[in-house]
Amino acid sequence: MRDVAIIGVKNTKFGELWERSLRDIVVEAGIGAIEDAGVGGKDIDGLYVGNMSGGRFVDQEHIGALIADYSGLSRNLHVPATRVEAACASGGLALRQAILTVASGYSDIVVAAGAEKMTDVGAQEASSALAAAADREWEGMAGATFPGLYAMIAKLHMHRYGTTSEQLAEAAVKNHRNGCLNPIAQYRNEITVDQVLNSIMVADPLHIFDCSPITDGASALVLAPAEIAHEYTDTPIYIKATAQASDTIALHDRRDITTLDASVMAAKRAYEMAKLGPGDIDLVEVHDCFTIAEICAVEDLGFTEKGKGGIFTEEGETAIGGLIPVNTSGGLKACGHPVGATGIKQAVEIVTQLRGEAGKRQVEGAEYGMTHNVGGSGATAVVHIFSRER
Amino acid sequence: MSVPRFWRKLDSRYNLKGTHCVECGEYFYPPRNTCVNCRRQGQIEAYRFKGTGEIVTYTVIHTAAEGFEKQAPYTLAIIKLDEGPSLTAQVVGSSVNAYIGMRVRSVFRKLGEGGERGMIYYGTKFIPVDG
Repeated sequence: MRDVAIIGVKNTKFGELWERSLRDIVVEAGIGAIEDAGVGGKDIDGLYVGNMSGGRFVDQEHIGALIADYSGLSRNLHVPATRVEAACASGGLALRQAILTVASGYSDIVVAAGAEKMTDVGAQEASSALAAAADREWEGMAGATFPGLYAMIAKLHMHRYGTTSEQLAEAAVKNHRNGCLNPIAQYRNEITVDQVLNSIMVADPLHIFDCSPITDGASALVLAPAEIAHEYTDTPIYIKATAQASDTIALHDRRDITTLDASVMAAKRAYEMAKLGPGDIDLVEVHDCFTIAEICAVEDLGFTEKGKGGIFTEEGETAIGGLIPVNTSGGLKACGHPVGATGIKQAVEIVTQLRGEAGKRQVEGAEYGMTHNVGGSGATAVVHIFSRER
Repeated sequence: MSVPRFWRKLDSRYNLKGTHCVECGEYFYPPRNTCVNCRRQGQIEAYRFKGTGEIVTYTVIHTAAEGFEKQAPYTLAIIKLDEGPSLTAQVVGSSVNAYIGMRVRSVFRKLGEGGERGMIYYGTKFIPVDG
């Protein structure tokens, strides 16, 4: 297998983009990334697009072909385009597919994109589309919602480890603080623990400010074989590991409700592939669809012991300047969570950081970065490790 | 959910019928036709659960799922049945105050409805054993 590098990146603005369509935002991200990489359409061997639910959100399937077409890659160039779906992990899996095709030697220059246009439908319809990431027949039919599933994880985490609502809130407060420093973030305002705790209860113990928002947005990356990456950029960022793991679709069937075994396994495989451990990682983008998900993630990825995620967060270890800066982009909470785009956006953030181009949110001297993207309540997890040096 | 999709598993939903692997002894609810331990070597048979169990974790849902709006706030729990498997279900009963470890038993109840002219869904919920 060949080493793979990222040579171009681009995020659109994340938020409620009423005036722009799905194809508008993906094309902006894709063209931005290939301009950043300095490649042309004729160089592109393939396109992978992470998209969870075009069918539900904009009544559009066949997303791969649509995006290739409106990127100008179809009528003359006939570039192969593939849509990848794994609920909220669609973006991370699109990146993984792109890496594998370059690593195998089958393709050289490949675009990995992710996009979701969620605000063309109302909030209830959007929530219903997202609920399809759980077991529709045996969780949904009982009245489960996504906040409800993560609330049950939180309830047991609190019962077993003494985690508090204040500690959960600290994750949202920190992510909003980081979001203020990210020009593309949906929310660029600071919030307080009291504001989180006084916001409306969605599913006890999760308040609305414990939940990531509904977002439109797209992100894209350009990949190349490591040996030719310097022909395109002075700052290629190298893929040290790509790993993925599955678990039961329903939360109730898990070995342990407070551990995402898929995250644990994907991280273990990634650390082995990169020959690194949690102590080597300088920053991480984790899948904080809810505050409790960030608490579990820092435990499951090995940055702290199981049960200590709450106190670890409360003590500031996940802030910029802490032991392991988590979600410098603002995370899903403040940067926004256009579900299919999230896994790609996480990689864009890590590449930006490792290039030293993250401005006020820069983690000084960062060598290794990690992304952690989760589908559903933990049935899919994908972990990537990136490095400044090959 | 469409009528055939719901109807197909009516017996499981109404009567808490799942499956049991004779080979390894594990019980499954919701029903599985392939044993997660033995896979193709497994021997699956139907099994009707006793309906008693314990709350593993729970939440009170304030922002309801589609079709459950009239019930909000409602208590949703993961319940570990005495035979072993866990499932997701509502815990009901007058002024139910769920807690982790609470003993519960199954009851036949209305689950939700598919809008004004849609189907009414029935299935299994749980009530406290001492309530």
